[in-house]
Amino acid sequence: MSFLPYALAAWLFFVGLYGIVTSRHFVHLVICLGVTQSSTYVLLLAIGYRTGKKAPIFTSGVPVKVGAVDPVVQALTLTDIVVGVTVAALLLALVIEIWKRAGTVDPDELRRNRT
Amino acid sequence: MIPLQLVAITLVGLGGLAVVTTRDPLRQVLVLGLYGLALAVLFVVFQAPDVAISELVVSSVAAPFIFLAALAKLRGRRRE
Amino acid sequence: MSRTARLALFAGSGLVLAALLVWGLTGLPAFGDFQGEYGWILNDVAGSERHVTNVVSAIVFDYRGFDTLGEEFILFAAVMAVALLLREARDERERPRDEVRSEAVRAVGLSLVGPTVVLGLFVIAHGYLTPGGGFQGGIPTAAGLLLIYAAGRYRAYRAASPQWLLDAAEGVGVAAIVAVGIAALLAGGLFLENVVDLGTKGTLASSGTIAILNTATGLAVTAAVVLLCHEFIEEVMYPE
Repeated sequence: MSFLPYALAAWLFFVGLYGIVTSRHFVHLVICLGVTQSSTYVLLLAIGYRTGKKAPIFTSGVPVKVGAVDPVVQALTLTDIVVGVTVAALLLALVIEIWKRAGTVDPDELRRNRT
Repeated sequence: MIPLQLVAITLVGLGGLAVVTTRDPLRQVLVLGLYGLALAVLFVVFQAPDVAISELVVSSVAAPFIFLAALAKLRGRRRE
Repeated sequence: MSRTARLALFAGSGLVLAALLVWGLTGLPAFGDFQGEYGWILNDVAGSERHVTNVVSAIVFDYRGFDTLGEEFILFAAVMAVALLLREARDERERPRDEVRSEAVRAVGLSLVGPTVVLGLFVIAHGYLTPGGGFQGGIPTAAGLLLIYAAGRYRAYRAASPQWLLDAAEGVGVAAIVAVGIAALLAGGLFLENVVDLGTKGTLASSGTIAILNTATGLAVTAAVVLLCHEFIEEVMYPE
């Protein structure tokens, strides 16, 4: 049972990868890449979780000695989510350029046109 | 593991599958928004409110806007 | 490569990768039983050392501030690359007309602009006190500005976020982080060391350089999201 969150991370990784391999549309592919990326968030936060502990926010009234879940993995994850969306935008800009030049957003058709 | 975590894990697992198997990109953007919501819930029950807020604003505002704009562009006329 | 060949390759390599992944995951600490010392120590000392109540923000903008600088550079590079790719010779002489004719859409949209921007600024400002911060708050702030466009006021949207201002805000936001780092060096500390007066814990005037870096990040993310969305809006508005 305690393996379940890690299994979820592995599941999301492979589901996303399957979507990328079988994709027929570049925008679909970019979104599937996002699913693969989200598996790393789930993995990191699952590692940093401590049963019974609260979030690492110590506003007044919360004694520090209570302890909290690991804050380091959260810091890693939250910046990557925001930066990830700008990288997705960069990929979409490349998709638009491909579409302008080749007239298709299907990876297979792109290869057929080239040869 | 508390029951709420089990529910969130199931939701995210099914959500990821739904995003990938939705082949029409326009519908996929909507499914992606719901998937982001499920992820945010999972992050909350993992005691990571900072990450949950991050996921929430990205998947409900920034990502749909950019994906829908790109799809709108791809539906338009093309230079021959 | 044909589709069947690609699927076969994926099935084969996927199985190997899955075996490696399961082997690796079984070596991790059991769920809920993580004993990493770094996190324990930071949870204990961040409050007294940096006068913050949100330890995550202290890590993002102070203890691991150098990593965040790298993330900011990725953000900056991605935005610049999108602008380079899409901001080509677009003929912008012909200003697009506002296409939204519904007064209801305009009224509701425009009345939400203020609250959305205030919410974003609130999330940025309280980053080191409660969950939130520059990364999270930047997106609602940008969404507020983009709402003016969505409500059908293209001219008002451009007046509120002119190109030169966005470009400058993006550059200043990222450069400010480097500047704070160098200022710490000049003050005799290490790069990005927290050398400013730490203030009173639990108030907005606390946490020293964390507050400055948090605000700079908020500015950079806001400008980045508006810039990105603007490039895509322009692409849609000016068909090839």
